[in-house]
Amino acid sequence: MSDQPTAAVTAGETFLEWFTADERPGYAGYIVPAERMHEAAEYLKTRKHFDMLTSVTAADYFPEDRIEMIYHFRRSTGGEPLRVKSFLSRENSQIDSLVDLYPGAELQEREVWDLMGVRFTNHPDLRRILTWEGFAGHPLRKDWKEPFYEEEVKPFKSRWPEGKFVRAEEKNPLGDNTRFPAGFDPDTWVPDNDDILYKSMTHVAKAGEDGFDSDTIIVNLGPQHPSTHGVFRMVARLDGETVVDLKPVMGYLHRNHEKIGERNTFLGNMPFTDRLDYICAMSNNFAYALAVEKLLNVAPPERAEYIRVIMAELTRIVNHLVANGFLLNDLGAFFTPVLYSLEEREFILDFFEAVSGSRMMCNYFRFGGVVRDIDENAMKMLKAILERLPRKMDELEKYLTGSEIVRVRAEGVGVLTPEAAIANSASGPLLRATGVPYDLRRADPYSIYDRFDFDICVRYHGDIYDRFMLRLDEIRQSIRILKQAVKDIPAGPVITGKPQYQVRVPAGESYGRVEGPKGELGFYLVSTGKTNPARYHVRAPTFINLTSLAGMSRGNKVADVVTILGSIDIVLGEVDR
Amino acid sequence: MTESLNSPGVQIPEELAGQVAITTIDRIYNWGRRNSLWPLMSGLACCAIEMICTAASRYDFSRFGMEVMRPSPRQADFMLISGTVTKKMVPQLVRLYNQMPEPKYVIAMGACASGGGPFKEGYSVVPGIDKFLPVDVYIPGCPPTPQALLNGLMKLQEKIDHQALKTDAHWYKKEGSAPIPVPVLGPDLIDLRKAEQIRQSCLIAETTPDEGGKEVSHE
Repeated sequence: MSDQPTAAVTAGETFLEWFTADERPGYAGYIVPAERMHEAAEYLKTRKHFDMLTSVTAADYFPEDRIEMIYHFRRSTGGEPLRVKSFLSRENSQIDSLVDLYPGAELQEREVWDLMGVRFTNHPDLRRILTWEGFAGHPLRKDWKEPFYEEEVKPFKSRWPEGKFVRAEEKNPLGDNTRFPAGFDPDTWVPDNDDILYKSMTHVAKAGEDGFDSDTIIVNLGPQHPSTHGVFRMVARLDGETVVDLKPVMGYLHRNHEKIGERNTFLGNMPFTDRLDYICAMSNNFAYALAVEKLLNVAPPERAEYIRVIMAELTRIVNHLVANGFLLNDLGAFFTPVLYSLEEREFILDFFEAVSGSRMMCNYFRFGGVVRDIDENAMKMLKAILERLPRKMDELEKYLTGSEIVRVRAEGVGVLTPEAAIANSASGPLLRATGVPYDLRRADPYSIYDRFDFDICVRYHGDIYDRFMLRLDEIRQSIRILKQAVKDIPAGPVITGKPQYQVRVPAGESYGRVEGPKGELGFYLVSTGKTNPARYHVRAPTFINLTSLAGMSRGNKVADVVTILGSIDIVLGEVDR
Repeated sequence: MTESLNSPGVQIPEELAGQVAITTIDRIYNWGRRNSLWPLMSGLACCAIEMICTAASRYDFSRFGMEVMRPSPRQADFMLISGTVTKKMVPQLVRLYNQMPEPKYVIAMGACASGGGPFKEGYSVVPGIDKFLPVDVYIPGCPPTPQALLNGLMKLQEKIDHQALKTDAHWYKKEGSAPIPVPVLGPDLIDLRKAEQIRQSCLIAETTPDEGGKEVSHE
């Protein structure tokens, strides 16, 4: 194994003197003045080689008059993230946009503006992203209350211990999940007609060769469209069939994960994480458990660590099977190859059901372990899967990878350069297919991944075909890890201490992350010592990977855009949260 | 399927069984409809994955004549609301429903589509598609297993079996059925059927400021 478990890269490193260390108990990182944030980012990028801006988020410290901007910077060569913060006032929250330095901040800053109401100066396209233009207020502010608001934190008294539950609709005068600002008149309301969106797109009218002037047209793909893998919308400006510009529009599945998460107890969030990326429930559990364990300072027992790795790798296999199957759907092989993928997936889901009780929404991880052991029968199932899967992968590969249609449609299409991928904060297969061997399992190891012998898969062309092949490679590597894990798994308890329903989490902040099947999946938590997180943010890999979509699509045909989107492999539950 | 096509109590000679059926117009009409229910291809969230699994080889709902997923609402018989309905998405769903030809049905798959599910308290979630569309079958589960979905689909078939042309086939009535007004995205989701109520509530709110009210900001 090439790399040592890295100590904090920030240790022993000196930054400019106006970087003040965050010395609040439980906190880490540096604080810079808000007006110098842009300067700080430029310094980190050019002098300190932090070339990726992994995550941009904000936390509201109401009733104090403070909103904190939290940035996580990473180096594409590996190591721990560097956390840099800036304090803003709640009334006039404004900060320089970092999009010119890190294009990967574009969607994330729009999200912070939308949900937290922080205005980014010099942002090229600061519109709402998860809610819609015209939405009243910024919902993640602590003093903003939803129409069905009951109490600040769960468990709500109406349900427990008294248990006199009233339907929320009955309490709302409109009998619905809506509330309107005072003085609002529905008759005079003019809804957003997407004019700003359409005008923000590159527009080239040109004189055609044959003497006729030609113009570009706007085409909307989605949100109800078979190619979009859920409720996602792409607005494309087309010149003939060629894409001139493209903008993703999302939020059609925005189900308030973070707002609900901040009302939930720490453990109560676990089943919600299942529903983020609903194909990979187990790795979502994993990242969230790691984040809370950092605050609690507990470590799972040996057996639980192995079980976690087994689950995470099986999830990776499931995800890549599904991703590749549906990519072939998008290529026109409608619903035949995906049946083979789903067949293999069913075996793994059966195993998940045997250990956790549910096929998809496993809710299996706990803080300091997992909820129950893998018994003998389930272990047999797992061994049978590992016996069967390599054969089936060979079969799949034989039929598909050499297929002329797949190669013609996928090779050289939707190319992403490594420079662009890093600048766009891409992660996961999207990044590794461009030739950057960046995988958190090695770059910033967690759990017990340093014990296993496996390769980080890399491909070098950055096109659709490479992403497809990279996923097949990764399935083989996951099988390799699984075989070692099944062989070495020790006996013993699967959870540290007594299982608890209500955990008291010490005050502080933490960022837990895993190399999810789709990329770096991170959870940023702030605890104030209460039973619920004060801030709960999900760094969703596919949301950030979508930043690269427009660049990859420009110049390609409409039919290719569908496959390019398929090769990024998005899940809307995670994109929109 | 001849056994369900024949009216009960009618004896068909053995040599003609399978070639001749004696039935009522209601029965043959419903027999035809219930065995070729085409769903609208529309996946919303987690439940859509289980819907795909139900369509795939292991559970295979083509056994019930439902495999022909139609991407166009014009060719669909029923709409499977497979996941959380958000305020941003509901105008599109209502529009799709309006575009479907009669007779049409709606199935609410899973907790979210039935009543908001775990996300009910969220600010941008519609607590159940039945706030807008008439739902025929509710399927519990989060997500429902493929078996549960199959059971729900069979319930829909049963419902069709019991519809009589004379009394229940409102789609043959002259006046037709009125489309459902498409909701509008305002400061919150505006259900146009409740416009008057909304105006009234905003007038009241103006005179007595609500402590827990949203901060109003229009950027």
